[in-house]
Amino acid sequence: MIAIIDYGAGNLFSVKNALDYLGFESVQASDPPDMEQADKLILPGVGAFPDAMRSLRESGFAEAIVEEAARKPLLGICLGAQLLFEKGFEFGETKGLGLIPGYVDAIVAPGLKIPHMGWNDVRVVNPSPPARGVNDGDMVYFVHSYKIVTEEVNISLAAEYGQLIPALVRNGAGGQVYGAQFHPEKSGSAGLEILRNFAEL
Amino acid sequence: MLAKRIIPCLDVRAGKVVKGVNFIDIMEVGDPVECAMEYDRQRADEIVFLDITATHEGRDTMIDVVRETAKNVFVPLTVGGGIRTTDDFRDMLRAGADKISVNSAAVYDPSLIGEAAAKFGSQCVVLAIDGKKVDGADEEAWNENGAPGAPRYNVYTEGGRKDSGLDVVSWAKKGESLGAGEILLTSMDTDGTKAGFDIGMLNAVCEAVNIPVIASGGGGDLSSFAEVFEKTPADAALAASVFHYGTYTVDDIKNECRARGVPVR
Repeated sequence: MIAIIDYGAGNLFSVKNALDYLGFESVQASDPPDMEQADKLILPGVGAFPDAMRSLRESGFAEAIVEEAARKPLLGICLGAQLLFEKGFEFGETKGLGLIPGYVDAIVAPGLKIPHMGWNDVRVVNPSPPARGVNDGDMVYFVHSYKIVTEEVNISLAAEYGQLIPALVRNGAGGQVYGAQFHPEKSGSAGLEILRNFAEL
Repeated sequence: MLAKRIIPCLDVRAGKVVKGVNFIDIMEVGDPVECAMEYDRQRADEIVFLDITATHEGRDTMIDVVRETAKNVFVPLTVGGGIRTTDDFRDMLRAGADKISVNSAAVYDPSLIGEAAAKFGSQCVVLAIDGKKVDGADEEAWNENGAPGAPRYNVYTEGGRKDSGLDVVSWAKKGESLGAGEILLTSMDTDGTKAGFDIGMLNAVCEAVNIPVIASGGGGDLSSFAEVFEKTPADAALAASVFHYGTYTVDDIKNECRARGVPVR
Protein backbone atom coordinates (compact mmCIF):
# COMPACT_ATOMS: atom_id res chain seq x y z
CA MET A 1 0.00 0.00 0.00
CA ILE A 2 1.15 3.52 -0.82
CA ALA A 3 0.83 6.40 1.63
CA ILE A 4 0.25 9.82 0.05
CA ILE A 5 1.55 12.37 2.52
CA ASP A 6 -1.02 15.09 3.28
CA TYR A 7 0.61 18.12 4.84
CA GLY A 8 -1.82 20.63 3.35
CA ALA A 9 0.07 21.37 0.14
CA GLY A 10 -1.02 19.22 -2.56
CA ASN A 11 -2.18 17.63 -5.67
CA LEU A 12 -3.28 14.81 -3.38
CA PHE A 13 -6.49 13.95 -5.21
CA SER A 14 -4.85 13.73 -8.61
CA VAL A 15 -2.19 11.36 -7.35
CA LYS A 16 -4.82 9.22 -5.59
CA ASN A 17 -6.96 9.19 -8.75
CA ALA A 18 -4.03 8.00 -10.84
CA LEU A 19 -3.15 5.22 -8.39
CA ASP A 20 -6.81 4.14 -8.22
CA TYR A 21 -6.95 4.07 -12.00
CA LEU A 22 -3.82 1.89 -12.11
CA GLY A 23 -5.29 -0.40 -9.46
CA PHE A 24 -2.89 0.37 -6.58
CA GLU A 25 -4.21 0.83 -3.09
CA SER A 26 -3.30 4.09 -1.40
CA VAL A 27 -4.09 5.98 1.77
CA GLN A 28 -3.91 9.60 2.71
CA ALA A 29 -1.35 10.02 5.52
CA SER A 30 -2.46 13.01 7.57
CA ASP A 31 -0.23 12.21 10.55
CA PRO A 32 3.29 10.75 10.55
CA PRO A 33 2.22 7.39 12.09
CA ASP A 34 -0.12 6.88 9.10
CA MET A 35 3.00 6.21 7.01
CA GLU A 36 4.07 3.18 9.02
CA GLN A 37 1.56 0.76 7.52
CA ALA A 38 2.53 1.68 3.95
CA ASP A 39 5.31 0.04 1.97
CA LYS A 40 5.86 3.10 -0.23
CA LEU A 41 5.50 6.83 0.18
CA ILE A 42 4.54 9.65 -2.15
CA LEU A 43 5.24 13.26 -1.21
CA PRO A 44 3.17 15.60 -3.40
CA GLY A 45 3.41 19.35 -3.27
CA VAL A 46 2.30 22.58 -4.84
CA GLY A 47 3.34 25.98 -3.56
CA ALA A 48 6.48 27.50 -2.12
CA PHE A 49 9.50 25.70 -0.63
CA PRO A 50 9.65 27.59 2.72
CA ASP A 51 5.93 27.18 3.50
CA ALA A 52 6.00 23.50 2.63
CA MET A 53 9.08 22.83 4.78
CA ARG A 54 7.49 24.70 7.68
CA SER A 55 4.35 22.54 7.37
CA LEU A 56 6.45 19.37 7.20
CA ARG A 57 8.43 20.32 10.31
CA GLU A 58 5.48 21.55 12.37
CA SER A 59 3.48 18.40 11.62
CA GLY A 60 6.40 16.14 12.52
CA PHE A 61 6.46 14.77 8.99
CA ALA A 62 9.96 16.04 8.16
CA GLU A 63 11.70 13.85 10.71
CA ALA A 64 9.39 10.87 10.13
CA ILE A 65 9.83 10.96 6.33
CA VAL A 66 13.62 10.87 6.69
CA GLU A 67 13.30 7.83 8.99
CA GLU A 68 10.78 6.02 6.80
CA ALA A 69 12.72 6.73 3.59
CA ALA A 70 15.59 4.65 4.94
CA ARG A 71 13.29 1.62 4.82
CA LYS A 72 10.88 2.14 1.90
CA PRO A 73 10.79 3.74 -1.54
CA LEU A 74 9.75 7.39 -1.64
CA LEU A 75 8.62 9.46 -4.60
CA GLY A 76 8.41 13.24 -4.35
CA ILE A 77 6.35 15.03 -7.00
CA CYS A 78 6.97 18.61 -8.21
CA LEU A 79 7.59 20.68 -5.06
CA GLY A 80 7.65 17.36 -3.21
CA ALA A 81 10.68 16.37 -5.33
CA GLN A 82 12.43 19.67 -4.56
CA LEU A 83 11.89 19.22 -0.81
CA LEU A 84 14.02 16.03 -0.92
CA PHE A 85 17.16 18.13 -1.45
CA GLU A 86 19.47 19.80 1.06
CA LYS A 87 18.26 23.34 0.61
CA GLY A 88 16.10 25.64 -1.45
CA PHE A 89 16.61 29.27 -2.47
CA GLU A 90 12.98 30.26 -3.01
CA PHE A 91 12.36 33.42 -0.91
CA GLY A 92 15.73 33.09 0.86
CA GLU A 93 17.55 29.94 1.93
CA THR A 94 15.55 27.12 3.53
CA LYS A 95 16.82 23.76 4.71
CA GLY A 96 15.19 20.82 2.93
CA LEU A 97 14.85 17.16 3.89
CA GLY A 98 18.40 16.44 2.74
CA LEU A 99 17.64 12.99 1.32
CA ILE A 100 19.36 13.73 -2.00
CA PRO A 101 22.51 15.86 -2.34
CA GLY A 102 21.89 19.15 -4.14
CA TYR A 103 19.75 22.25 -3.95
CA VAL A 104 16.85 24.07 -5.57
CA ASP A 105 17.23 27.41 -7.32
CA ALA A 106 15.38 29.68 -9.73
CA ILE A 107 15.21 28.72 -13.39
CA VAL A 108 17.26 31.20 -15.41
CA ALA A 109 16.17 31.00 -19.01
CA PRO A 110 16.53 34.32 -20.82
CA GLY A 111 13.86 34.81 -23.45
CA LEU A 112 11.78 31.91 -22.14
CA LYS A 113 8.64 32.15 -20.08
CA ILE A 114 8.62 31.43 -16.36
CA PRO A 115 7.03 29.23 -15.04
CA HIS A 116 8.23 26.39 -17.23
CA MET A 117 4.70 25.21 -17.98
CA GLY A 118 3.62 22.53 -20.38
CA TRP A 119 4.75 19.35 -22.08
CA ASN A 120 8.51 19.02 -22.48
CA ASP A 121 10.50 16.12 -23.87
CA VAL A 122 12.92 14.28 -21.61
CA ARG A 123 16.01 12.20 -22.27
CA VAL A 124 17.41 9.33 -20.26
CA VAL A 125 20.56 10.37 -18.37
CA ASN A 126 20.77 7.29 -16.11
CA PRO A 127 18.33 4.39 -16.28
CA SER A 128 16.30 3.88 -13.09
CA PRO A 129 13.45 1.52 -12.17
CA PRO A 130 10.69 4.19 -12.26
CA ALA A 131 11.88 5.37 -15.69
CA ARG A 132 11.70 1.88 -17.18
CA GLY A 133 10.03 2.11 -20.58
CA VAL A 134 10.61 5.87 -20.89
CA ASN A 135 12.46 6.73 -24.09
CA ASP A 136 14.35 9.81 -25.24
CA GLY A 137 11.80 12.25 -26.64
CA ASP A 138 8.85 11.16 -24.49
CA MET A 139 6.95 14.14 -23.15
CA VAL A 140 5.77 14.88 -19.62
CA TYR A 141 3.92 17.80 -18.04
CA PHE A 142 5.85 20.39 -16.02
CA VAL A 143 4.75 23.41 -13.99
CA HIS A 144 7.57 25.01 -12.00
CA SER A 145 9.63 28.16 -11.59
CA TYR A 146 12.48 26.59 -9.58
CA LYS A 147 14.77 23.77 -10.63
CA ILE A 148 16.83 21.07 -8.97
CA VAL A 149 20.63 21.33 -9.10
CA THR A 150 22.40 18.04 -8.44
CA GLU A 151 25.20 15.83 -9.75
CA GLU A 152 24.58 13.76 -12.85
CA VAL A 153 24.67 10.47 -10.93
CA ASN A 154 21.45 11.59 -9.21
CA ILE A 155 19.65 12.40 -12.47
CA SER A 156 17.62 9.71 -14.25
CA LEU A 157 15.65 11.84 -16.73
CA ALA A 158 16.36 15.40 -17.82
CA ALA A 159 14.64 18.06 -19.91
CA GLU A 160 16.06 21.12 -21.67
CA TYR A 161 14.46 24.50 -21.10
CA GLY A 162 17.12 27.10 -21.75
CA GLN A 163 19.26 24.95 -19.46
CA LEU A 164 19.32 21.43 -18.05
CA ILE A 165 16.21 20.69 -15.97
CA PRO A 166 16.50 17.48 -13.91
CA ALA A 167 13.14 15.77 -14.44
CA LEU A 168 13.44 12.48 -12.54
CA VAL A 169 16.04 12.36 -9.77
CA ARG A 170 17.17 9.79 -7.19
CA ASN A 171 19.63 9.54 -4.33
CA GLY A 172 22.50 7.91 -6.21
CA ALA A 173 22.68 4.83 -8.41
CA GLY A 174 21.02 2.33 -6.06
CA GLY A 175 18.89 4.75 -4.07
CA GLN A 176 15.17 4.35 -3.46
CA VAL A 177 14.41 8.03 -2.93
CA TYR A 178 13.01 9.44 -6.18
CA GLY A 179 11.75 12.83 -7.23
CA ALA A 180 9.72 13.80 -10.30
CA GLN A 181 9.90 17.50 -11.11
CA PHE A 182 7.07 16.99 -13.61
CA HIS A 183 3.59 15.73 -12.71
CA PRO A 184 3.40 12.00 -13.56
CA GLU A 185 -0.27 12.05 -12.57
CA LYS A 186 -0.93 14.64 -15.32
CA SER A 187 1.47 13.35 -17.95
CA GLY A 188 -0.80 10.98 -19.82
CA SER A 189 0.34 7.44 -20.48
CA ALA A 190 4.06 8.24 -20.00
CA GLY A 191 3.35 9.55 -16.52
CA LEU A 192 1.07 6.68 -15.57
CA GLU A 193 3.80 4.26 -16.61
CA ILE A 194 6.27 5.95 -14.24
CA LEU A 195 3.74 5.78 -11.39
CA ARG A 196 3.07 2.12 -12.15
CA ASN A 197 6.81 1.37 -12.14
CA PHE A 198 7.17 3.07 -8.77
CA ALA A 199 4.14 1.32 -7.32
CA GLU A 200 5.54 -2.03 -8.44
CA LEU A 201 9.00 -1.50 -6.90
CA MET B 1 11.81 21.73 -26.08
CA LEU B 2 8.46 22.84 -24.78
CA ALA B 3 5.62 21.59 -26.99
CA LYS B 4 2.84 23.82 -28.25
CA ARG B 5 -0.40 22.63 -26.67
CA ILE B 6 -3.64 21.75 -28.46
CA ILE B 7 -6.61 22.16 -26.12
CA PRO B 8 -10.19 21.07 -26.83
CA CYS B 9 -12.85 23.01 -24.94
CA LEU B 10 -16.17 21.51 -23.90
CA ASP B 11 -19.15 23.76 -23.19
CA VAL B 12 -21.17 22.08 -20.49
CA ARG B 13 -24.68 22.95 -19.36
CA ALA B 14 -26.35 21.02 -16.54
CA GLY B 15 -23.92 18.16 -16.95
CA LYS B 16 -24.30 17.78 -20.72
CA VAL B 17 -22.05 18.89 -23.54
CA VAL B 18 -23.92 21.63 -25.33
CA LYS B 19 -22.60 21.63 -28.85
CA GLY B 20 -23.28 18.68 -31.06
CA VAL B 21 -20.80 15.91 -30.75
CA ASN B 22 -19.81 13.72 -33.59
CA PHE B 23 -18.10 10.88 -31.79
CA ILE B 24 -20.18 8.01 -32.96
CA ASP B 25 -20.50 6.17 -29.69
CA ILE B 26 -21.41 9.05 -27.50
CA MET B 27 -23.43 11.26 -29.78
CA GLU B 28 -26.65 10.55 -27.98
CA VAL B 29 -25.53 11.10 -24.45
CA GLY B 30 -23.26 14.09 -24.87
CA ASP B 31 -21.54 13.01 -21.71
CA PRO B 32 -18.68 15.42 -20.91
CA VAL B 33 -16.69 12.72 -19.13
CA GLU B 34 -16.84 10.45 -22.20
CA CYS B 35 -15.93 13.38 -24.44
CA ALA B 36 -12.95 14.27 -22.28
CA MET B 37 -11.79 10.65 -22.38
CA GLU B 38 -12.06 10.63 -26.16
CA TYR B 39 -10.00 13.85 -26.40
CA ASP B 40 -7.44 12.29 -24.09
CA ARG B 41 -7.21 9.30 -26.48
CA GLN B 42 -6.64 11.79 -29.31
CA ARG B 43 -3.65 13.14 -27.34
CA ALA B 44 -5.19 16.41 -26.21
CA ASP B 45 -2.59 18.21 -24.09
CA GLU B 46 -5.15 19.63 -21.73
CA ILE B 47 -8.92 19.74 -21.49
CA VAL B 48 -11.06 22.78 -20.72
CA PHE B 49 -14.59 22.60 -19.36
CA LEU B 50 -16.58 25.78 -19.71
CA ASP B 51 -19.58 25.68 -17.39
CA ILE B 52 -22.38 27.65 -18.98
CA THR B 53 -24.92 26.74 -16.32
CA ALA B 54 -26.43 29.64 -14.46
CA THR B 55 -28.00 27.80 -11.53
CA HIS B 56 -26.61 26.56 -8.27
CA GLU B 57 -27.75 23.01 -9.01
CA GLY B 58 -25.89 23.18 -12.27
CA ARG B 59 -22.74 24.12 -10.41
CA ASP B 60 -22.98 21.03 -8.24
CA THR B 61 -23.46 18.94 -11.38
CA MET B 62 -20.31 20.51 -12.82
CA ILE B 63 -18.35 19.54 -9.73
CA ASP B 64 -19.49 15.93 -10.27
CA VAL B 65 -18.42 16.11 -13.92
CA VAL B 66 -14.97 17.36 -12.92
CA ARG B 67 -14.66 14.66 -10.24
CA GLU B 68 -15.56 11.85 -12.66
CA THR B 69 -13.29 13.22 -15.38
CA ALA B 70 -10.34 13.51 -13.01
CA LYS B 71 -10.70 9.81 -12.21
CA ASN B 72 -10.31 8.86 -15.85
CA VAL B 73 -8.25 11.51 -17.61
CA PHE B 74 -4.63 12.16 -16.66
CA VAL B 75 -3.79 15.37 -18.43
CA PRO B 76 -4.33 18.85 -16.97
CA LEU B 77 -7.95 19.84 -16.57
CA THR B 78 -9.10 23.46 -16.58
CA VAL B 79 -12.55 24.56 -15.44
CA GLY B 80 -14.09 27.95 -16.12
CA GLY B 81 -17.45 29.68 -16.20
CA GLY B 82 -19.13 31.38 -13.28
CA ILE B 83 -16.14 31.24 -10.95
CA ARG B 84 -16.56 34.19 -8.56
CA THR B 85 -14.85 33.44 -5.26
CA THR B 86 -11.86 31.60 -3.86
CA ASP B 87 -14.39 29.12 -2.44
CA ASP B 88 -15.41 28.34 -6.03
CA PHE B 89 -11.73 27.79 -6.79
CA ARG B 90 -11.35 25.44 -3.85
CA ASP B 91 -14.44 23.40 -4.75
CA MET B 92 -13.24 22.83 -8.32
CA LEU B 93 -9.64 22.12 -7.30
CA ARG B 94 -10.80 19.62 -4.69
CA ALA B 95 -12.93 17.93 -7.32
CA GLY B 96 -9.78 17.40 -9.38
CA ALA B 97 -9.37 20.48 -11.60
CA ASP B 98 -5.79 21.62 -12.08
CA LYS B 99 -6.49 25.15 -13.24
CA ILE B 100 -9.42 27.51 -12.89
CA SER B 101 -10.21 30.22 -15.37
CA VAL B 102 -11.81 33.48 -14.31
CA ASN B 103 -13.32 36.03 -16.64
CA SER B 104 -16.06 38.54 -15.71
CA ALA B 105 -15.64 38.15 -11.95
CA ALA B 106 -11.98 39.17 -12.22
CA VAL B 107 -12.91 42.27 -14.21
CA TYR B 108 -15.40 43.33 -11.52
CA ASP B 109 -13.05 42.42 -8.68
CA PRO B 110 -9.42 42.05 -9.79
CA SER B 111 -8.36 41.13 -6.23
CA LEU B 112 -9.86 37.67 -6.89
CA ILE B 113 -6.78 36.91 -9.03
CA GLY B 114 -4.33 37.77 -6.27
CA GLU B 115 -6.31 36.04 -3.55
CA ALA B 116 -6.62 32.84 -5.56
CA ALA B 117 -2.93 32.93 -6.52
CA ALA B 118 -1.91 33.40 -2.89
CA LYS B 119 -4.14 30.55 -1.71
CA PHE B 120 -3.68 28.00 -4.46
CA GLY B 121 -0.66 29.17 -6.48
CA SER B 122 -0.40 31.13 -9.72
CA GLN B 123 -0.14 27.90 -11.68
CA CYS B 124 -3.87 27.29 -11.27
CA VAL B 125 -5.11 30.82 -12.01
CA VAL B 126 -5.99 31.31 -15.66
CA LEU B 127 -7.20 34.76 -16.65
CA ALA B 128 -9.70 34.38 -19.48
CA ILE B 129 -10.08 37.52 -21.57
CA ASP B 130 -12.69 38.02 -24.28
CA GLY B 131 -11.35 40.75 -26.54
CA LYS B 132 -12.84 42.69 -29.43
CA LYS B 133 -11.23 45.26 -31.72
CA VAL B 134 -12.52 48.77 -31.18
CA ASP B 135 -13.81 50.49 -34.27
CA GLY B 136 -12.84 54.11 -34.57
CA ALA B 137 -11.17 56.50 -36.92
CA ASP B 138 -8.78 57.90 -34.36
CA GLU B 139 -7.05 54.71 -33.32
CA GLU B 140 -3.96 56.52 -32.14
CA ALA B 141 -5.94 58.26 -29.45
CA TRP B 142 -7.34 54.97 -28.25
CA ASN B 143 -4.10 53.13 -28.06
CA GLU B 144 -2.39 52.80 -24.69
CA ASN B 145 0.23 50.20 -25.50
CA GLY B 146 1.40 49.22 -28.95
CA ALA B 147 2.89 51.50 -31.57
CA PRO B 148 0.99 54.64 -32.56
CA GLY B 149 -1.90 53.68 -34.75
CA ALA B 150 -1.96 50.12 -33.42
CA PRO B 151 -5.47 48.83 -32.96
CA ARG B 152 -7.07 48.86 -29.55
CA TYR B 153 -8.94 45.85 -28.22
CA ASN B 154 -11.51 46.07 -25.45
CA VAL B 155 -12.30 43.48 -22.78
CA TYR B 156 -15.86 42.14 -22.86
CA THR B 157 -17.65 40.48 -19.97
CA GLU B 158 -20.85 38.47 -19.49
CA GLY B 159 -20.00 36.02 -22.24
CA GLY B 160 -19.20 38.78 -24.68
CA ARG B 161 -22.33 40.84 -24.08
CA LYS B 162 -20.85 43.79 -22.25
CA ASP B 163 -17.97 46.13 -23.14
CA SER B 164 -16.00 46.79 -19.95
CA GLY B 165 -14.07 49.64 -21.53
CA LEU B 166 -10.82 48.04 -20.37
CA ASP B 167 -7.94 47.72 -22.82
CA VAL B 168 -7.06 44.05 -23.44
CA VAL B 169 -3.29 44.50 -23.34
CA SER B 170 -3.39 46.56 -20.14
CA TRP B 171 -5.74 44.08 -18.50
CA ALA B 172 -3.50 41.15 -19.45
CA LYS B 173 -0.48 42.92 -17.92
CA LYS B 174 -2.44 43.75 -14.81
CA GLY B 175 -3.61 40.15 -14.52
CA GLU B 176 -0.03 38.92 -14.74
CA SER B 177 1.12 41.38 -12.06
CA LEU B 178 -1.76 40.30 -9.79
CA GLY B 179 -0.65 36.68 -10.02
CA ALA B 180 -2.39 35.03 -12.98
CA GLY B 181 -0.30 32.12 -14.25
CA GLU B 182 -1.68 31.98 -17.77
CA ILE B 183 -3.90 33.96 -20.13
CA LEU B 184 -6.69 32.44 -22.20
CA LEU B 185 -7.29 35.02 -24.92
CA THR B 186 -10.45 34.69 -26.96
CA SER B 187 -11.08 36.98 -29.89
CA MET B 188 -14.73 37.83 -30.34
CA ASP B 189 -13.92 39.00 -33.84
CA THR B 190 -12.69 35.61 -34.99
CA ASP B 191 -14.67 33.34 -32.62
CA GLY B 192 -17.04 31.14 -34.56
CA THR B 193 -15.72 32.21 -37.96
CA LYS B 194 -13.25 29.32 -38.36
CA ALA B 195 -11.22 31.79 -40.42
CA GLY B 196 -8.10 31.59 -38.30
CA PHE B 197 -6.98 32.98 -34.96
CA ASP B 198 -6.66 36.71 -34.24
CA ILE B 199 -2.96 37.09 -34.95
CA GLY B 200 -2.89 40.83 -34.25
CA MET B 201 -4.46 40.68 -30.81
CA LEU B 202 -2.42 37.61 -29.84
CA ASN B 203 0.85 39.29 -30.74
CA ALA B 204 -0.12 42.43 -28.85
CA VAL B 205 -0.78 40.42 -25.68
CA CYS B 206 2.15 38.00 -26.06
CA GLU B 207 4.55 40.94 -26.37
CA ALA B 208 3.19 42.49 -23.19
CA VAL B 209 3.29 39.52 -20.81
CA ASN B 210 5.77 36.80 -19.86
CA ILE B 211 3.25 34.13 -18.88
CA PRO B 212 1.82 31.52 -21.26
CA VAL B 213 -0.94 32.67 -23.61
CA ILE B 214 -3.61 30.34 -25.00
CA ALA B 215 -5.04 31.40 -28.35
CA SER B 216 -8.80 30.96 -28.70
CA GLY B 217 -11.40 31.86 -31.29
CA GLY B 218 -11.16 31.24 -34.99
CA GLY B 219 -9.54 27.82 -35.15
CA GLY B 220 -10.87 26.32 -38.35
CA ASP B 221 -8.95 24.39 -40.97
CA LEU B 222 -5.86 22.36 -40.16
CA SER B 223 -3.62 25.16 -41.32
CA SER B 224 -5.00 27.72 -38.85
CA PHE B 225 -3.48 25.92 -35.86
CA ALA B 226 0.02 25.65 -37.33
CA GLU B 227 -0.33 29.24 -38.49
CA VAL B 228 -1.05 30.67 -35.04
CA PHE B 229 2.18 29.12 -33.79
CA GLU B 230 4.14 30.31 -36.81
CA LYS B 231 2.89 33.88 -36.58
CA THR B 232 2.64 34.43 -32.82
CA PRO B 233 4.52 33.23 -29.72
CA ALA B 234 1.27 31.75 -28.30
CA ASP B 235 1.87 28.65 -26.20
CA ALA B 236 -1.36 26.82 -26.88
CA ALA B 237 -4.39 26.88 -29.14
CA LEU B 238 -7.89 26.14 -27.92
CA ALA B 239 -10.90 25.24 -30.01
CA ALA B 240 -14.34 23.79 -29.48
CA SER B 241 -16.40 23.21 -32.58
CA VAL B 242 -13.73 21.72 -34.85
CA PHE B 243 -13.36 18.97 -32.28
CA HIS B 244 -17.04 18.74 -31.31
CA TYR B 245 -18.18 18.20 -34.83
CA GLY B 246 -15.37 15.79 -35.50
CA THR B 247 -14.07 17.94 -38.34
CA TYR B 248 -10.57 17.15 -37.14
CA THR B 249 -9.12 15.14 -34.32
CA VAL B 250 -6.46 16.58 -32.05
CA ASP B 251 -4.06 14.18 -33.74
CA ASP B 252 -4.88 15.58 -37.20
CA ILE B 253 -3.99 19.05 -36.02
CA LYS B 254 -0.79 17.85 -34.37
CA ASN B 255 0.29 16.02 -37.51
CA GLU B 256 -0.12 19.21 -39.52
CA CYS B 257 1.85 21.18 -36.88
CA ARG B 258 4.60 18.56 -36.86
CA ALA B 259 4.84 18.59 -40.64
CA ARG B 260 5.39 22.34 -40.49
CA GLY B 261 8.06 22.16 -37.80
CA VAL B 262 5.90 23.23 -34.86
CA PRO B 263 6.87 21.16 -31.79
CA VAL B 264 3.92 19.16 -30.43
CA ARG B 265 3.52 16.17 -28.16
